[in-house]
Amino acid sequence: MAEKSPAADVEAGLLAHLNSADEVPDSRSFASSLGVSHLELKGVIKSLSAFRIVESTDIIKETWVLTEEAKGYAAKGSPEAQLVAAIPPEGASKDALKAKLGDAFDVGMKAAARNKWIGFDKGNKDLVLRKVESVKDELQEQLRRLENGEAVPDRVIDDLKRRKLITKEKSIWHSLKKGPEFVLKRKTLATDVTTEHLRSGDWKDLEFKDYNYGAQGQPIAKGYVQPLMEVREAIENIFIMMGFTEMPTNNFVESSFWNFDALFQPQQHPARDSHDTFFLKAPATTQQLPDDYLEKVKQVHQSGGYGSKGYVYDWKRDEAEKNLLRTHTTAVSTRMLYKLAQEKPFAPKRYYSIDRVFRNEAVDRTHLAEFHHIEGLICDYGLTLGDLIGVLEDFLSSLGMSKLRFKPAYNPYTEPSMEIFSYHDGLKKWVEVGNSGMFRPEMLLPMGLPEGVNVIAWGLSLERPTMILYGIDNIRDLFGPKVDFNLIKSNPLCRLGL
Amino acid sequence: MPTVSVGRDRLFAALGRTYTQEEFKALCFEFGIELDDVTTEKAIIRKEKHLEDDGEVDDDDEVIYKIEVAANRYDLLCLEGLARALRVFTGTEGSPVFQVSSIPRGSILQMHVKPETSKIRPYVVCAVLRGVAFDEARYNSFIDLQDKLHQNICRKRTLVAIGTHDLDTLQGPFSYEALPPHEINFVPLKQNSPVYPVIYDSNRTVLSLPPIINGAHSAITLATRNIFIECTATDLTKANIVLNTMVTMFSEYCETKFEVEPVEVVHYDGRKTVYPDLSCYKMDVSLYDILGPIGISQDEKQVVCPLNKMQLQAESHSLKGEPRISVSVPPTRSDILHARDLLEDIAIAYGFNNVPKSKPKCMTIGGRQPLNRFSDKIHAEVARGGYMEVLTFILFSHEENFDMLNRADDKSKAVIIANPRTSEFEVVRTSLMSCLLKTLKHNIDHPRPIKIFEVGDVVMLDSSRDVGASNNRRLAALYCNMVSGFEAYANLIKLSRKLWDWWILDSIVKVVRAPHVNFGENYYVPTDEPEFFPKRQCKIVTSDGKQVGYLGIVHAEVLRKFGIPDPCTFVEMDLEALL
Repeated sequence: MAEKSPAADVEAGLLAHLNSADEVPDSRSFASSLGVSHLELKGVIKSLSAFRIVESTDIIKETWVLTEEAKGYAAKGSPEAQLVAAIPPEGASKDALKAKLGDAFDVGMKAAARNKWIGFDKGNKDLVLRKVESVKDELQEQLRRLENGEAVPDRVIDDLKRRKLITKEKSIWHSLKKGPEFVLKRKTLATDVTTEHLRSGDWKDLEFKDYNYGAQGQPIAKGYVQPLMEVREAIENIFIMMGFTEMPTNNFVESSFWNFDALFQPQQHPARDSHDTFFLKAPATTQQLPDDYLEKVKQVHQSGGYGSKGYVYDWKRDEAEKNLLRTHTTAVSTRMLYKLAQEKPFAPKRYYSIDRVFRNEAVDRTHLAEFHHIEGLICDYGLTLGDLIGVLEDFLSSLGMSKLRFKPAYNPYTEPSMEIFSYHDGLKKWVEVGNSGMFRPEMLLPMGLPEGVNVIAWGLSLERPTMILYGIDNIRDLFGPKVDFNLIKSNPLCRLGL
Repeated sequence: MPTVSVGRDRLFAALGRTYTQEEFKALCFEFGIELDDVTTEKAIIRKEKHLEDDGEVDDDDEVIYKIEVAANRYDLLCLEGLARALRVFTGTEGSPVFQVSSIPRGSILQMHVKPETSKIRPYVVCAVLRGVAFDEARYNSFIDLQDKLHQNICRKRTLVAIGTHDLDTLQGPFSYEALPPHEINFVPLKQNSPVYPVIYDSNRTVLSLPPIINGAHSAITLATRNIFIECTATDLTKANIVLNTMVTMFSEYCETKFEVEPVEVVHYDGRKTVYPDLSCYKMDVSLYDILGPIGISQDEKQVVCPLNKMQLQAESHSLKGEPRISVSVPPTRSDILHARDLLEDIAIAYGFNNVPKSKPKCMTIGGRQPLNRFSDKIHAEVARGGYMEVLTFILFSHEENFDMLNRADDKSKAVIIANPRTSEFEVVRTSLMSCLLKTLKHNIDHPRPIKIFEVGDVVMLDSSRDVGASNNRRLAALYCNMVSGFEAYANLIKLSRKLWDWWILDSIVKVVRAPHVNFGENYYVPTDEPEFFPKRQCKIVTSDGKQVGYLGIVHAEVLRKFGIPDPCTFVEMDLEALL
């Protein structure tokens, strides 16, 4: 609904005039015809031009305008004329005249004397006498002409300029005609939809004011998910789609037995050194280990069996009882496989986990003392290396890594062992993604898994693919207390698996 | 993984051809080693002296390839072994056959082992290389290999220590003894034992004081022709592997190539053993057993060649109509323990990338751990409540976990690390409070209010578990503003019947209600803990009185210790109690 305002009336008047007369040649005179100031009309013109309802052409003219002093002369007459008019027939004292004329007195005296309109009493020099009956006030006449926009000879202009009675001023006014969007009555533009619009039905006539789509909005208070956890969720979903069941990994403290020995990792293996693994002061050792199974593990290390030579060394239970912070989630996989081996009859399984592991390593741009392992494994009769390659292709292509190749590697508990490389289109090179392999018979058979059951497994870190995905080159910018809140707030959605 | 540095030109000369770097990389990839770095002698010296790379490339400077090899392939730790393995792999050469020379019974060198050695370092194995032709490069390689073996399989000489001697300076038979320190001319450092091992020749010349010192008298030089090698050990299996590696690598330069002269070790109890044992380990496996798990089908003839390429002598035969392969594993391949290892070598020779892809056939149903699914739901609830998730470390300094929270360590809760590299890794967190305060500190300039949370595990000592500790899943949230969270929610407090409130918590309490998780009217019970301001803290209890969480306005002292200038409210809940 249109507001009632003076501007609305001016607008209505202007549009009505244009509707009948088609044009307004001079906005100044149109303003006076409406009885409003030119400034007020200008506002209306600007608004209407913006919507192309009227078309306005600027008329620019430089004019002489009267100074404040000159405006007074134009109204009351020139100082000399005022002076003459002020002198009574008997004459008047300078003081009396000065009091009467004020500022105009000095100027008036000089000009009147020059024009010989006044004289002084011979006996009393202070008495000013009038020497003419009436005067023709040319200055007032000239100023009035100028004020009315009438022509004045250049000579006069120069004289007025010299007397600082006029100044030059640029005036802009407009000639107007109908614009392409001309309407007699324009609609008011709405900024928002209100309940009132909907209720009254006004919305049918609403036209919206343009938005500034480039403007920055106020930040809103919302929640955010840590980028690494978002990637974890995406990977978890891929595992679940592929029929994998999550393993319970909420046990950071592990015994060397489950972390190493059960995986056929010899007790002198470098990974078991204190500069690779966090051992514990409290609780220093594990109290319970499954004795039957432990005996079988001891035998396979010490003297082999299950078709193996074994490592042939003196296996020590003390070493197996040493507690540590797990160095890999495979410790959990081992517990799960042992549990599975106790369940009869055997049923195939697909297991996964994504959780923390710990390494007593120096921390740098790519290494942390704790990080996340992603692990997947399948346990069934007759699984092959070809199956492992096939399932890795399915899994990794869901993570956007479809070009893979495999390199022989060494790992104490897998044989064959394959390092997984993926070609990264952005980095234009092969990037190591993770490790994979088939668990050794020396690991599986002591558990009691049936002969012929193979386990294919793979592992990668969660941090590395996430860093590559988001182009982060320092792991501490992604994980830990030093992560910038702004990164968490601005990180894009994880699109893995879409 | 060990890295071996070899001169590129010498390597190519040994391989009988040159490769471009890309070609060589590809060969390494296929074989399962990795060209880790390409550098020069001068660059290595510069690096050791921490000098700036002056970017000068000297054409005369020898290019060094740094090659990463598998940790169980001791036969690849020197140029001789690497080149030999690659020559055999590419088919330019057959596998070498190592022989122990036949020596008349009476003239075999002897090493007599005295009983005291059993107290400190019970084993010794020996061998002799005759007519060795050293040049500077070969000599350096010989020294480097000992070093590499010491660093890897010998576990810094604790398991095995190698001594190599110029035999022509010595007079057999030798004796391996262990004597009290005052009976030996000099005593090695860093040993604390009543007796120390020592090896003498028949003139009582000290050959070495294992595991650290080798005598100057018998030190080998470029001119040495006949080398006596002794390996003393605490692990006999590894001593044999080390001795075999030394002799199989460097018998290449002997007068009679690949022939090694034996030494008889005479034990104090009269047992006599001749070393080295260079016999091949015989394996006989069914073709199906070694091809089935790869997922390829080949006939028995076809697998002989790939095995040969990996230096494994193989022959096919059949037993009761079943095709079988008999394999001789040479002394260089101590890594072969099981038929599974043969399988890997066949797969490598076949090419991992040539194995046809297949899909596991088992049908299984995916699923998640209930605790993790539940944690995710709570996580989503808190994020919906406008909190930002952070992810922090589990390891902390003792101070951060206790003192900085005004808490005392009563030694009954926290898991303590025995060998922390730095103070950052002394304890496993028992609460998420330090985590969030530390994270806030690192983002202290972030606009207020700051609302962060974490869902994660703490670890507590727990004697009911086999390992003596258990994880506990927690939710923690922190609110930081110029005024404490309670003021910020003033309007809500007015609406509430309670004296004070924290809406995210009430929201959690509402959503976790279940038949077995009940909360009464007043689930906030005042507490008096040192990490919070007095009268501005409480615990959260279920209707059966169990504490499932706690919260409060963080104490000024705690904030000061973490360097946080503004008031913070903190809440922590035990999610497992709510599951």
